[in-house]
Amino acid sequence: MKGILKIAFKLLVNDKGKFAALLVGITFAVFLMVMMTSMFAGILHRASSTIINIGAKIWVMDPAVNTPANSIPMPDYILDAARSINGVKYAVPLYSGAGLVKLRKGVYQSVTVIGLDDASLFGRPDLIQGHIEDIYAENSFIIVQDSEYPKLGSPGLGAEFEINDNRGVIVGIARVNVGSLFGTPTLYTTYYRAVQYIPSMRFTISYVLIEPKSVADILHIKQQIKSLGYEALTKDEFIHKVSEYYKYQTGLGINVMIMTVISFIVGLSISGQTFYTFILENLEKFGALKAIGAKGSELVYMILFQATFTALTGYGMGVGLASLIIAFAKLRLPNYAAMITYTNLGFAFVMVLIIAAISSYIGVRKVLRIEPFDIFRG
Amino acid sequence: MARLAVKADKLVKWFGEGEAKTYAVRDVSFEAYFGEMLYIEGPSGSGKTTLLSIISGILRPNSGTVMVEDKDIWSLTGDQIADFRLNKVGFVFQDYHLFPKLTTAENAAIPLILKKVEWDEAINMATKYLEIVGLKDRAQLAPVKLSGGEQQRVAIARAIASGPDIMIFDEPTASLDGETGRRIVDFVKKNIMNENRCIIIVTHDSRIFEYADRIIKMADGKIIGVAKGGLREE
Repeated sequence: MKGILKIAFKLLVNDKGKFAALLVGITFAVFLMVMMTSMFAGILHRASSTIINIGAKIWVMDPAVNTPANSIPMPDYILDAARSINGVKYAVPLYSGAGLVKLRKGVYQSVTVIGLDDASLFGRPDLIQGHIEDIYAENSFIIVQDSEYPKLGSPGLGAEFEINDNRGVIVGIARVNVGSLFGTPTLYTTYYRAVQYIPSMRFTISYVLIEPKSVADILHIKQQIKSLGYEALTKDEFIHKVSEYYKYQTGLGINVMIMTVISFIVGLSISGQTFYTFILENLEKFGALKAIGAKGSELVYMILFQATFTALTGYGMGVGLASLIIAFAKLRLPNYAAMITYTNLGFAFVMVLIIAAISSYIGVRKVLRIEPFDIFRG
Repeated sequence: MARLAVKADKLVKWFGEGEAKTYAVRDVSFEAYFGEMLYIEGPSGSGKTTLLSIISGILRPNSGTVMVEDKDIWSLTGDQIADFRLNKVGFVFQDYHLFPKLTTAENAAIPLILKKVEWDEAINMATKYLEIVGLKDRAQLAPVKLSGGEQQRVAIARAIASGPDIMIFDEPTASLDGETGRRIVDFVKKNIMNENRCIIIVTHDSRIFEYADRIIKMADGKIIGVAKGGLREE
């Protein structure tokens, strides 16, 4: 079998024009599919940045909440109720809201304000500069040094600013795992100060963060929270909920899916057509092989090998090209939201296999139908 | 006494159905022997290519038998017939059907590769067959860089590579000038032909009739005569 596959390989790669066209088609399709799905994955990842950065195991929220940024305040008794549930190791409040910072030059910049539990500072970021205890000092804020940091003039320790008509002082500069999606700088402060500085409704708790005593307690905690009319989600469930929201309720997912399907169709059209032409041009030769004594199964293996080899080579080139472009874009645009995930790669791989399967199916049908007698007849 | 290579008995082949039914071969019987160069001659549409296809295991007849080594080849399964063609029959097609993207040696090695001979060994063996047909120095060239006569010889090298008992030539001189055609057939007669091989040639080129041991004449799907030793009627 090795020999016949080597013939198939040489027939394919020695036809440089066709092989190049096949590779371009598949590479282009894979590149587009990977780029589209990676950008979407990047957006979804950043949309869940608060969940990932805070790192709580269980999040309690109003059932209508779709994203961490759009929290619906809950009454204080939810925090007390959560603390009284069997299986809860501890529960703390979290504030998440938006503030307006007035810069020295007089312009305003909206910011995301995260208010951490005063007692535990649960969910605090890693500090690059400053000390975490300083967050308890008057008007103290910690700023996240991410791609949005320059929007506040890249303030250093001790820098003063105005937030919602209150004085603010930078006492720490932090880094987080994931940057925010909406292009606003992030400030951390205490829960108490956040509630004081940011206008809010009667209820103030955005989320209650729960640490369960064990994994086995999670189900019970969720049931108890549900009985209160609220929802408790694990970190992964919350991320999934955010992802589902962006996929199905914003139109973003549909648009990305349409673009991905178009990429697939473009790839299939180019490579399918080129492969079909390649088979047509070699049809007499396949007939001659059949006449000489090649079995139908051997010809099928040859075509499958050619289609698979082209697909895998194109897949590698497409993924490589997408990786290069994303890496280059991130160098130039630090807040560029694109992330290649194994799921994306797997998805593109399956799509490429489908392209190869359809292309080779057309070829196989043609080759199996050719009669060696046609070769004699001319 | 000459050994029997192929025995065709009452072969019938038609194409189409109903009013479109056309007989290509009608009740044809003949025998071919080892050590014999047998020509099948006739005008276009006489059924000679159809007959050649039937006796070489390519086209199934509607009735009749083709016995090779006391076995009716049309009683074999599809894969068994493919093996029969690979092991027993060597084909030289009218248009050669060489792969332009493979080298001459790789083209000649195809039957060996189909017989599962290792690639390098197959190429080495094919190069030896190319030497027999005088093309060893062309082994690494693409067929398109060879003349028509040279391509014909590559096709012959490919046909003999599997060591066939029966060789089938379909209009071997049709694409060649008269002199080259004669030289090719002369070469086949002197170098490829032997007492353990039967060569069957379909042609209507009278310039090469002198090389035939027997000539079967066909018209309208029937054998209308057999000539021996040139053009003498039996």
